[in-house]
Amino acid sequence: MPSISRDEVAHLARLARLDLEPAELDHLAGQLDQIISAVAQVSEVAADDIPPTSHALPMTNAFRADEPRPSLSAEAALAQAPEAEDGRFRVPQILGEEQ
Amino acid sequence: MTESSLFKRTAAELAEAVAAGEVSAVEVTGAHLDRIAAVDDAETGVHAFLHVNREQALAAAGEVDAKRAAGEQLGPLAGVPLALKDVITTADMPTTAGSKILEGWQPPYDATITRRMREAGIIILGKTNMDEFAMGSSTENSAFGPTRNPWDLDRIPGGSGGGSSAALASFQAPLAIGTDTGGSIRQPAAVTGTVGVKPTYGGVSRYGLIACASSLDQAGPCARTVLDAALLHSVIGGYDPLDATSIQQPVPDVVAAARRGADGDLSGMRIGVVKELGGEGYQAGVERRFGEAVEVLGKLGAEVVEVSCPHFDYALPAYYLILPSEVSSNLARFDAMRYGLRVGDDGSRSAEEVMNATRGAGFGAEAKRRIILGTYALSSGYYDAYYGQAQKVRTLVTRDFEAAFEQVDVLVSPTTPTTAFPIGEKVDDPLAMYKNDLCTIPSNLAGNASASFPCGLAEEDGMPVGLHVMAPVLADDRLYRIGAALEQALVSEWGGPLLDKVPELETA
Repeated sequence: MPSISRDEVAHLARLARLDLEPAELDHLAGQLDQIISAVAQVSEVAADDIPPTSHALPMTNAFRADEPRPSLSAEAALAQAPEAEDGRFRVPQILGEEQ
Repeated sequence: MTESSLFKRTAAELAEAVAAGEVSAVEVTGAHLDRIAAVDDAETGVHAFLHVNREQALAAAGEVDAKRAAGEQLGPLAGVPLALKDVITTADMPTTAGSKILEGWQPPYDATITRRMREAGIIILGKTNMDEFAMGSSTENSAFGPTRNPWDLDRIPGGSGGGSSAALASFQAPLAIGTDTGGSIRQPAAVTGTVGVKPTYGGVSRYGLIACASSLDQAGPCARTVLDAALLHSVIGGYDPLDATSIQQPVPDVVAAARRGADGDLSGMRIGVVKELGGEGYQAGVERRFGEAVEVLGKLGAEVVEVSCPHFDYALPAYYLILPSEVSSNLARFDAMRYGLRVGDDGSRSAEEVMNATRGAGFGAEAKRRIILGTYALSSGYYDAYYGQAQKVRTLVTRDFEAAFEQVDVLVSPTTPTTAFPIGEKVDDPLAMYKNDLCTIPSNLAGNASASFPCGLAEEDGMPVGLHVMAPVLADDRLYRIGAALEQALVSEWGGPLLDKVPELETA
């Protein structure tokens, strides 16, 4: 049976860029363990020689004509930004002081 | 015409009345807006809508009336109001996907289906409640409070499109849009006694549909009658160059199929009852109504046989690996930088810290569960055992459908194992909640067309039951032929539509 610890959930949350409260970690660890045990049933199916399906209807190379068409204006793109400055998205610092 | 006679009418009837000049689109829209004001209170009423677009709806209706007055030809749904699921972008209304992370977000563009509906003269009344990012089967995962089932306000209206289904069943709109990733159109339709169709994957554009799981998501029509759903399907369906997965083929003539089905003759059609979708875990009243509906189809001339789809038993676990994997990737776009919520930006925190804090504050419990689950399933070391294996099961489910459709024209099952359950009962029991989609998930994995049609009330609780019909890829028209035949037979047996039996709501 698979099992997933609280520490693993915390690690996954870091990978997913998701702050979780200690209580959320406790709660989720138990639930995820149950869910993963249930979905692990897929391993019962003998499928070694079966190709995977990623999309219901296989389609490749959906091309469009290479013609200019209108796009969003800078104003429209910035209109819903949490913060904008000088016609750009304003974001928090990307590098720390010591970098 | 009185107000109540307006909001109880079908979309086809309303469009005809508008086109004939018996009533104006403004009057029709006003009657529905009044109905919303009377029954949709967030605290005590149905709470189907997150946002109502009163002035703009009346203005759009006025334009339809002006076109009619100018002698312009109107489309078959011009002047008919519609409730739009809040996962479809609208340039003139907020679009939240039921999430705090998008609270108040005003998209800079209309989805393709929004645009097509506006061009057809359909009046968008507002945006309907849903489980956050379409993840759930009860609408309890909305950040803005649950929607209540008009049949019993203490019960769930299904999900994720519970706002759309509840709006239909409480006569707040005759048409609605849903989106279906694992059953989010069909399960809400079943538990509210309404009609919901998941078109063939790629049959309706996803441009402007906020993604849950891109390989599974499909928008589709919801209505109170089969013909109304078909009319809406033909407005929103068809190729869209802005969606790379859109099918470059004409939409089957679903309206003609609905009209043909209404003749009540199904001779020549072969119907397969899926052996694996019934038995243990299915409510007795659901199985009884389902069995009777299948008998009705037989009496209308269809040949009914039992069909086995052995890998359907593994569709649910495969889905709960594929879906969270896609969700964990799709929801990465909510990074607090370009749109949506941003918290903790105090000048000292880094972009990454702000991102982590925003996502922690902005996503609800189910979104977090699925992000973590998907991140796990895609982790190196687990990928082959989980995501890779689930994709192989997806192939096997598709092959089961292909084998079945060599024997029969459509497959049938109950839409859901149970009727609507009480609000709160399963909200923190994910495995119990996920089982609501047992019958609907196989069609999302395989991409074929499916629908739910009302087939009566379960004896033990008086709640609606749905008949689930599954058709091959691009054979959406078969759904409408079967659905319309069943509808005319049952409506004549009952002496009126099922929704005649929905309790009168207290009005404000």
